[in-house]
Amino acid sequence: MKQLDQTRAPIYEALEHFRSLRVVPFDVPGHKRGRGNPELVRLLGERCVGMDVNSMKPLDNLCHPVSVIREAEELAADAFGAAHAFLMVGGTTSAVQSMVLASVQRGDEIILPRNVHRSVMGALVLCGAIPVYVNPQCDDRLGIPLGMRAEEVAAAIRAHPKARAVLVNNPTYYGVCSDLRTIVRLAHEHGMLCLADEAHGTHFYFSDRLPPSAMAAGADMAAVSMHKSGGSLTQSSLLLAGPAVHPGYVRQIINLTQTTSASYLLLSSLDIARRNLALRGEQEFARVIGLAEYARTEINGIGGYYAFGRELINGGSVYDFDVTKLSVNTLDVGLAGIEVYDLLRDEYDIQIEFGDLGNILAYLSIGDRPREIERLVGALSEVRRRFGRPDSAGLMKQEYIEPQVAVSPQAAFYAPQRSLPLDETAGRVCCEFVMCYPPGIPILAPGERITEPILDYIRYAKAKGCSMTGPEDPEITRLNVLEER
Amino acid sequence: MEFWFSEEQTPNVRFSVRVDRQLYSGRSEFQRIDVFESPEFGRFLTLDGYMMLTEKDEFIYHEMIVHVPMAVHPRVRDVLVIGAGDGGVIRELARYPEIEHIDMAEIDPQVVEVCREYLPQTACALDDPRLTIHYEDGLRFVRAPENAYDLIIVDSTDPFGPGEGLFTREFYGNCCKALREDGIMVNQHESPFYDQDAVMCQRAHKRIVESFPISRVYQAHIPTYASGHWLFGFASKRYHPLKDLDEARWNARGLRCRYYTTALHRGAFYIPAYVEEMLEDVEPER
Repeated sequence: MKQLDQTRAPIYEALEHFRSLRVVPFDVPGHKRGRGNPELVRLLGERCVGMDVNSMKPLDNLCHPVSVIREAEELAADAFGAAHAFLMVGGTTSAVQSMVLASVQRGDEIILPRNVHRSVMGALVLCGAIPVYVNPQCDDRLGIPLGMRAEEVAAAIRAHPKARAVLVNNPTYYGVCSDLRTIVRLAHEHGMLCLADEAHGTHFYFSDRLPPSAMAAGADMAAVSMHKSGGSLTQSSLLLAGPAVHPGYVRQIINLTQTTSASYLLLSSLDIARRNLALRGEQEFARVIGLAEYARTEINGIGGYYAFGRELINGGSVYDFDVTKLSVNTLDVGLAGIEVYDLLRDEYDIQIEFGDLGNILAYLSIGDRPREIERLVGALSEVRRRFGRPDSAGLMKQEYIEPQVAVSPQAAFYAPQRSLPLDETAGRVCCEFVMCYPPGIPILAPGERITEPILDYIRYAKAKGCSMTGPEDPEITRLNVLEER
Repeated sequence: MEFWFSEEQTPNVRFSVRVDRQLYSGRSEFQRIDVFESPEFGRFLTLDGYMMLTEKDEFIYHEMIVHVPMAVHPRVRDVLVIGAGDGGVIRELARYPEIEHIDMAEIDPQVVEVCREYLPQTACALDDPRLTIHYEDGLRFVRAPENAYDLIIVDSTDPFGPGEGLFTREFYGNCCKALREDGIMVNQHESPFYDQDAVMCQRAHKRIVESFPISRVYQAHIPTYASGHWLFGFASKRYHPLKDLDEARWNARGLRCRYYTTALHRGAFYIPAYVEEMLEDVEPER
């Protein structure tokens, strides 16, 4: 096997070389190195618009990579310990969807945790597979969904022996990890593929102080959000595949929905981010871990807040924990997470990743410095002093509501439907998604029966100011339900 | 040979000082530190290329940031100083025997070392037995104490770089909490003159007004700072900077200053119309 040189960045190098050739463009994009759109050049800079070029021989083509993109993918595979890597330009959503579409077809069952990202539900609508949900346990104090317990995955496999794949969120938005190695073994023993939504776990590949990565655990495919903790541009991502997966088929699936004009800004950002991680990832993430641990200690010292960490580990639903995630429970301050989220932005000019009913998440990455951590901690301390309420009772906790799958997501999505006022929908089959976003976990998905507890939860989350998305009616006063025969 | 230090006060305005020689240049964990010797201003300190102080005009800044609150508050025992690695604020504070303890939170130990070595004019009181130096982020330091200080002096750098956290609402709020019920906070407040500085000046004022019941601004003329017109913020829980000024008490101390007088104290709070208007714009309706 040839030795790969991680100091190389083939796409970036090819772009630099191409620039020096001063080639006259009679191809797209039509802004022609920015000349046709001077306002855009003023905003983004000449260098940036000059690199916004089309696929061509010296720069390869993402739909059928043979030269520099292929080399970049080989380097990425090597850096992440995968058999194959695919550079993705449609966000991790496209990586997740390609992974699912490459594994299941119409009528196939796929085992997955309820708290899957909406992208997975989208893939099920596209391909017609049937979801088999595993109840992620819920932490009652924090009100967050946890990971899948291996026993529950085993039970789901026993109940659905013909399922084709098991999908795992690893880690969750909050940093909770399942026992991935055991789940991979269970899946493989029953001839199923194991897929990992690793959108929040790019850094696992570059530290031995973090939970095992999907590829290290033997998973067949993993969707890795390079733009989250990896440092590439927004919307760029990676799909990794293990040795048992046929790369040509995955490429075919990707090409069904992927653009034929992939942005070289995104591709080169993946290339450079991969090089950076391969060369400096370990030390950088050690620094991030240090910052996160410091912040946790300081926040827990304020009083009221609970910045949780490895103490949650219980051998099952929390098999491991990603310590770079700075999730903070705010209920004992007397404030909902979403309220703290809004206060931090409106009063203190601090934008955090999300707030849900009971928690906030501050996303830490290779770009953080101690001084910004001090601002966050200082602001949290002030939020408590100025806005904290002595009584934390009265905040409803986020509960896991067992979904009742009545028909496949695809069948429900395309079936005849009618719109009903929210209050009249109990007992009907929902035809759309209802999402509390972020973190984008479905409350309802197409094909599921609407129940009173679900309606209570929707009303409450709305009253608390969570951003609810999905339904055609943005105010969520009505829902589309299946026309009953 | 011509050797000049130039600071870009705006992208279109430069302020230059002829230099005899460079005494020190180094990079700390936080910033670049330089000390120069000049014929006009004596020695001067720059951080990341921005003028911090010169031997010739530092007395204006240090007297105004210390003696104004000291002439208002009747009994200052515990003082917290944020920043101030050059020691100038400490030198002025050390002249008050009733001060029992001074905590100084400076993020960069290298600034203190360099000033001790090259700027004894300001660093001369850094060995005062009442002083404890804490090398940490001011924003972090002020989070813990509650009801602990009579006076907080915020001698920060500009709000770009390591000092940025000292111009935030969380910082001013934490300062308010760290002060006793009749405590005073004084901060360097930037210049109102050039557009970019004026924006920061306005933002700082807005955040202080939100955090303290009494918040006024006063001015001084400091030749080596951008535009020469510099502001200080006086934020207080109880004392008014003019109504509670006790001139007789302060003058009885017999402290000799080169800039500060109790008459100038009164005058310093009468600020130009455009500055008044700019600050009122961000104050809540009265």
